This record gives sequence, C-alpha cells and structure tokens, in this order.
Amino acid sequence: MFDEKTLQQVHDGMLEWWGKVKAAVDNGRGMRRFSTVSDMEVKPLYTPEDIRDLDYAENLGTPGSYPFTRGCQPDMYRGRVWTFRMFSGFGSARDTNRRYHHLLKHGETGLSIAYDYPTLMGYDSDAPRAHAEVGKCGVAIDSLADFEVLMAGIPLGEVTVSHTINPPASVTWAMNLAAADKQGVSWDRLGGTLQNDMLKEFIAQKTFMLPPEPSVRLVRDIIEFGTLHVPRWNTISISGYHMREAGATAVQELAFTLADGMTYVQDVLDHTKLDVDAFAPRLSFFFDAHIDFFEEIAKMRAARRMWARIMRERFKAKNPRSWWMRFHTQTAGCSLTAQQPLNNIVRVATQAMAAAMGGTQSLHTNSYDETLALPSDQAVTVALRTQEIIAEETGVTNTVDPLAGSYFVEALTNQMEEKALEYFDRIDAMGGMLAAIKQGFPQTEIADAAYRYQRQLDRKEKTLVGVNKYVAEEKTPIEILKIDEKLEEEQVARLSEVKRTRDNREVARALGEIRRACDGGRNVMPHVIEAIKAYATEQEICDVYRDAFGRYQDPGFF
Amino acid sequence: MSPKRKLRVLVAKPGLDGHDRGVRVIARGFRDAGYEVVYTGVHQTPEQIASTAIQEDVDLVGLSCLSGAHLFLFSEVVRLLREKSAADITVIGGGIIPEEDIPKLMDAGIKAVFLPGTSLDEIVQWTEANVRPVEESQEPAR
Repeated sequence: MFDEKTLQQVHDGMLEWWGKVKAAVDNGRGMRRFSTVSDMEVKPLYTPEDIRDLDYAENLGTPGSYPFTRGCQPDMYRGRVWTFRMFSGFGSARDTNRRYHHLLKHGETGLSIAYDYPTLMGYDSDAPRAHAEVGKCGVAIDSLADFEVLMAGIPLGEVTVSHTINPPASVTWAMNLAAADKQGVSWDRLGGTLQNDMLKEFIAQKTFMLPPEPSVRLVRDIIEFGTLHVPRWNTISISGYHMREAGATAVQELAFTLADGMTYVQDVLDHTKLDVDAFAPRLSFFFDAHIDFFEEIAKMRAARRMWARIMRERFKAKNPRSWWMRFHTQTAGCSLTAQQPLNNIVRVATQAMAAAMGGTQSLHTNSYDETLALPSDQAVTVALRTQEIIAEETGVTNTVDPLAGSYFVEALTNQMEEKALEYFDRIDAMGGMLAAIKQGFPQTEIADAAYRYQRQLDRKEKTLVGVNKYVAEEKTPIEILKIDEKLEEEQVARLSEVKRTRDNREVARALGEIRRACDGGRNVMPHVIEAIKAYATEQEICDVYRDAFGRYQDPGFF
Repeated sequence: MSPKRKLRVLVAKPGLDGHDRGVRVIARGFRDAGYEVVYTGVHQTPEQIASTAIQEDVDLVGLSCLSGAHLFLFSEVVRLLREKSAADITVIGGGIIPEEDIPKLMDAGIKAVFLPGTSLDEIVQWTEANVRPVEESQEPAR
C-alpha cells in the first residue's frame, strides 16, 4: 500500500513519538495493558507500518466482489439498508401476531420468530416437561393451527420470516410451507431463513435433542430440500451469536462459526448429489455485535474475506454467490445490565452502529429491559427506532465500508483472520469440528474465556457501568412484560381441540412415513410436510426422531 | 476430631433452559474457592436434581434459570428434597428473576437469590457464612 520512502518517514516519526510516550510510561502513566473486550491486546498507535503488506485487490477488493471484505453488495446500504428484523415471540400465537403487526406498522421489514422452550426442544405444551415454560421465553407453537394464527394477516410472499429454531427446524418450516400453500403463495416466491445450525447447539446454545450425527443429517435434509424446492429460502443460519453470548472471544466466535460452516458444506457434498454452487449461495450466517466497537467491525470484515477464500479455494466453488457471506447480526444480550436498564439503550445503539459499519444484511437490536424479562411494547419500539435513527439520520449508510483503510481496523481485521486460522489448524488436527465438539474443545475454550472475563470484572480490570463502577443505590422502575399464568391452560386446551378434530389415521400414516424416511436415509421433508398438513403436532414428529435416532445428554463440561 | 471436610456443591440447570454461561462460571468459581463441585449439565428435571443432590451427598444446591420458569422449578427442587428427608441441604438460585418473585422463592425455602451482576466473591462469601458440611451441623450424623 505504501512506498519505501513513506514507510521510512513513518518509521522515523514513530521513533520520535515513542520518545514522548516512553516519558509518560516512565512517569507511571501508560503502563496499563489495554485490550478489547475479548482481551486482545491493542497497541497505542497504528500506522502504515501495521498494514504494509496489505494488497488492495487481494485483501479488500471492491465492494460486491471477491473477497468481499468491503461488503456483499456493490452499493451496500445506498441500494437498500439492512433488514430491520426484530426477534420476537411470547405467550400465545395470537399475542405474538399482535406484536408482529405492531412492529410491521412501525417500520420493521422482516419477521423473526422466537419460540418458547418447549417448542425449541420438540415438546408440545401438554408435555410434563413443558410445565411452567409454555409461552415464557417465546411463543408456544404446537401445530399448524397455531402457526396459522401466528401469521394471520401477514403476506408470506412479501414479508420474509426467520425461524430461530434448531432440532425441530424441519417441523416449523413445514408449518411455514403449509401456511404459504393456504395463502396461495408458491414456494419459489417464499423468502426466509431457518437457523437450523445444530453444531453450535452442542457448543453453546444447548437446545439439542438428538446426538450430533443424526442432528447434522436433518440439517442436510433441509439444505437439500430447500435447494431443490424453495430456492429463495436461506436453509441455514450458521451462528456465532450463541457462542459469543456463552462467553467466546471475537476470534473464537469467528473461527468456530466458519469451522461449523465448512463442516456443513462438506457433509452436503459427501451425502447428496448437489453441486457446491447449487446450495452454497443460500447458506447464511449470524453474528453477535458486542460492545467493543472496532473489534466487531474487524470480525465482520474478516469473516467475509475468510469465507470467500474458503469457498473458492477449499471447496472450488465457481459461482461468486457461493463466495459471498451474507449475515444477520444481533446486538449482545450478554452485554446488557439489569442495573440501570436505560443505559442499555446506549450499549445497543453502539453495537448496532458497529453492525452497520461491519456491513450486516439484517439486524436485531435488543431491548433495554431484556435482562429482566421479554421486551415490553415500549422497549421494543425504542430498539427498533435505534436502527431507524442509525440508518436514516447518522449518515453511516452514505458510503460503503467507511472504516476501510484505517490502519487500526485493517490491522485488526488481519489479526482476526490470523488467529482464527490458528484455530482451524487445531480443529483439523482433532479430525474436524464434530470430533472437536465430542472432545469438548470449543465448549471448554469458551468456558475459559467466560471465566476469565468474569474474573476481570470482579477485579475491576474491565468496566461494566452500573455493575462494578458508577453503581447507583436507587433503582430505576420500568414496566416489564408478564406472561399470564392462564396461558398454559388455554394453550393445552387448544392443542387437545386440534387432536380431537383432525383425522388421526392420516396423522399416524404420515408419522409412519417419517419414520421410514429416517430409517431408510431418505429426505424427511416431504413426509414432515404431509404430517403437518394433517395437523400432526410438533412433539409427535420429534418423538419419531427421538425414537429413530436416540437422545443427546449434555456432558456438562465446565 | 477429623479435619473439616470440603463443602460439596451441586450446581444445576432445571427445566428446558439452555443458558449455561452463568452456571458454568459459578461452577468454576466454587471449584476455585476449594469446594467439590458437581455439575450435571442442562435440561435436568427437579427429580433428577434432588436425586443427584442426595446421591452425591452435597451441602449446597445452586440452581440457575433464565427462562422464566424459576418459581415452579426452584420450589419443586426444595419440595422434593424435603420429601426425601434431605431438607438440611441448602438451596440457592440465580438467573433472570424479577425482584417481586424473590420473596415467593424465599417462602418456598430458597435461602438466597443472586441476580445478574453479582460477583463470584459475593456468592462465595455468602456460602462461607451460611453453609456448613451437612453432617457437622446435624446430630446424630445422617
């Protein structure tokens, strides 16, 4: 990037600068170690020397072209700003449908379904294990009947829907496809995303149902079915978010997410007839936007560059759309505090700004009350407005990748990539990500980082405003959302009504077909859709999976 | 007189909640404080937790729940321990718990509730002050 003469001048200037800084160090100021929230050391000054080997064409490229460091789209947010997609769901399908209409009316442009724990784990609302959890952490969905209420008045051909669900992803997707049929929307017009990323469940989010191999097999069935029949659907959202929330560093989030992505690509190539360029363009990703502004931007830029290289060099993809990494971002729930909750608005705004500068395709902004409960109407509206202000008032969308060329940001982007590649080597040496997960490697790396950060907070080496510094005795009263305890009873009643009025022989027949597909290695999706259309419940289908494949027990690494 | 034995602690995740960052940090914190720690992973039923607590002969059970189901799940663990004549095991909890639920949990027999932002040192100090090895505090020994 720079000629030798310039670099010499820079070097001479650095020597002079260091003389001044050293005086401060000798006086006892400036001795402290400065690091990112992930504990990556940061130098006091970055100069052209830090990026002397940066090759514009090879390392950055123009936006919309390989290696996509500067963004997926040539014009980025000038053409269209990121999708305002608020992760949302609570109580009954009717309660959540009301919230969706509220958000869409206030400028939201895509939906993201938050399911309750029983739904995420493949249990119906009447299961003993579901007791006291129904509708608490998301919306309770037992059958197509609930899903139809959830999407009432929402045109599925126009609004994209994201399903944050993993072991039962095939089931809720089948509900979505069946609901589209009922609305008369053909599948080739249907847009949306399934999270459907099981590897990170074993690593971090811990909503697992089946052992790792059959879990990955269901992921593959979905990728295959979507590629052939629902061409605009993102069949997987390969997620680093949950690892980061579990305590991972930015580098760990980056490395483990891409390693998971490579595992899925290889698995589809090994077990289906699909060509890499047939399915790779519909792989999508999901990252955290944590509080350390520059680290996050560097991580997102490095992620795009690394994925492009992986897809072109490792998997020999030829379609540029197979090289580009599109991702959703959510601000960091784990950075929010229950103390002085209004401060969270500032944290979320900073993180959302980082996501915008990092070139995200869609964004969820957390609500300030989320460490206390699910968001109230007021809190979620502030969170949505935060995105609107950043997109339309601040000017950060005026130009593409505004921080490119910053000595610091480019050096940090390079450093992210180097450190993540070191993790790839360690994972390869273990025999790949599945083997590494079984050994508890990523789980333990993340737990180490989480513990280190907690200790740094306890020793006040890292600051959390309102928690270990600037503590206030008085409490800020805020309104929080409560889920009515009657909800569970009503949901169970609705479920028994569905079971009473459907054709039970047709349900049994369809469930039998799913079992045969499981055993025979055929794609389960066509049979799951049939079962859903016959109003089979989510648990009935997941019980077939559990019977066919067994269950996974958490080894409890700590 | 035998030297005072180490405290034995079970940290556990009742219910379907998968948020285990806090519970695993606490497990390590207790271990670093010199306790013997058992952690059984996510998705435990209250029955499993009560049985493990008795089998492993623990002095303290630390429950973590971030899904909103704490009132039922925490109370159920205490009820089952009492039913199994193990009411001398101290039960504490933490997670995303609204302030107004804390008195209800205390009434149900939870001895302390720790909210987000609590340091490990505070939890260890509370434990040192309030929990004794079970057989020492009992006559005759169980």
